[in-house]
Amino acid sequence: MYSALVIGASAGGLKAITQILAQLPSSYPLPIAIVQHRLADHTQLLVELLNANTELTVVEPYSGQKLQPGFVYIAPGGYHLLIERTQQFSLSVDSPVCYAIPSIDVLFESAAVSYAQQLIGLVLTGANSDGSIGLQRIREYGGLCIVQDPDSAEEASMPKAALKLTKADHTLPLEKIADLLLQLASSGT
Amino acid sequence: MQKKDSLEFEINHLLEAILYQYGYDFRHYARASLERRVLNRLHLADLQHVTELTSKILHDPEYFDLFLKDMSITVTEMFRDPSVFKAIRKSVCSRLRTYSRVNIWHAGCATGEEVYSMAIMLQEEDLLSRTQIYATDFNNHSLTIAKEGIYPAEKMQLFTENYQSAGGQASFADYYQAKYQFAKFKDSLKKHITFANHNLIKDQVFASMHLVMCRNVLIYFDQQLQNQVLGLFQESLVHRGYLVLGDKETLEFSAVDKSFESVDTNARIYRIKTDV
Ligand SMILES: C[S@@+](CC[C@H](N)C(=O)[O-])C[C@H]1O[C@@H](n2cnc3c(N)ncnc32)[C@H](O)[C@@H]1O
Repeated sequence: MYSALVIGASAGGLKAITQILAQLPSSYPLPIAIVQHRLADHTQLLVELLNANTELTVVEPYSGQKLQPGFVYIAPGGYHLLIERTQQFSLSVDSPVCYAIPSIDVLFESAAVSYAQQLIGLVLTGANSDGSIGLQRIREYGGLCIVQDPDSAEEASMPKAALKLTKADHTLPLEKIADLLLQLASSGT
Repeated sequence: MQKKDSLEFEINHLLEAILYQYGYDFRHYARASLERRVLNRLHLADLQHVTELTSKILHDPEYFDLFLKDMSITVTEMFRDPSVFKAIRKSVCSRLRTYSRVNIWHAGCATGEEVYSMAIMLQEEDLLSRTQIYATDFNNHSLTIAKEGIYPAEKMQLFTENYQSAGGQASFADYYQAKYQFAKFKDSLKKHITFANHNLIKDQVFASMHLVMCRNVLIYFDQQLQNQVLGLFQESLVHRGYLVLGDKETLEFSAVDKSFESVDTNARIYRIKTDV
């Protein structure tokens, strides 16, 4: 049974994330943590934008906050977002990873350790290679890996990089991803 | 038999070894980012297990030094979060002006960018001449850079933009000398700054302060350690003294919450309450 979902997106990500979140009901049982690359100071805007298009509650997490179902947590600009073993968030201003802060790898790697087999990782559109090492770590720890089909992605390099390093459990076009996420969340205990 | 993930155990063991041998207590640092740093080092050193690293660190002080350096690689910049400096200018500087001598403590000053920003602001507020700034960190590598006050010239564009958004009133270029690829901040600023090694976890209060700046340090600590360090700041502050935290840090949920009032919530500026 899965207990958390982590998503990484870069260029083209806002549209992709909006589309996925729009299809998830407020009762969606997994907390969702997202890193979307962007310029540092647009977090509030991003949170508002996403909130307007989903039944879930989108917030910027504070450090020490526990992950809870019904919430979507957006990594704040200028900080890395990590998940502790206690399944609480923490933040750091360590060096950028893949030129990015927040970085997808940083979130994914910490989440992999924290949630192990109970984690779903999803890499979406983007024009760099952030997230590929993180996804590999999720696989190592027994989590489930989903990658957006590069052909359907606005920017193909990030999903491509992820697929190059890790065999995904599912490679799907954007419009099929939300269905799979719903199915996975309700499948067996 | 399925193998257990021993990483957590090995890291605990490493931290115990460091405490035993060097007296540095990292046990209450937020684990996820610490773990990341340790694994990076493992990778760079071409080692397989954290236990191998532990053995090296335990027996070789130079390796420990490397660990310390790893533990404080960060990004910092001048006038980071310009609106905070603007808020300090507005709400704090006028109060500081009522004192004939002012002490300011930058705890966790890293490579010094924040400290020079403060000195520049104080100069423009006509406060620098009466101020002594103490800038401390537990990382000597960072302190060496901070003392020199020399930064890559390519950063000056960002720093200049920040300076202006922070309410800077002069030409930023007046504060440094550009030489080759570097910018060296002026001695007239440095004259008022004392850089020193200070470990927030084990060292004591060393002077009484009118303002303590501790930004983006507490995020690395667990709640218990945060409370301990906040207690230290409280002890160090004069009656009605100010405390400024980082953008993602708050006194809410902390043990000292009741002793401070919020001066500017967004800028994370706090002040010791009158009745304590
Ligand atoms: C992210 S930097 C903060 C720099 C600056 N204040 C800013 O906000 O840009 C964090 C600093 O805290 C320092 N630090 C961490 N633990 C410390 C401790 N126990 N004692 C003193 N400094 C510490 C690190 O060495 C690092 O330089």
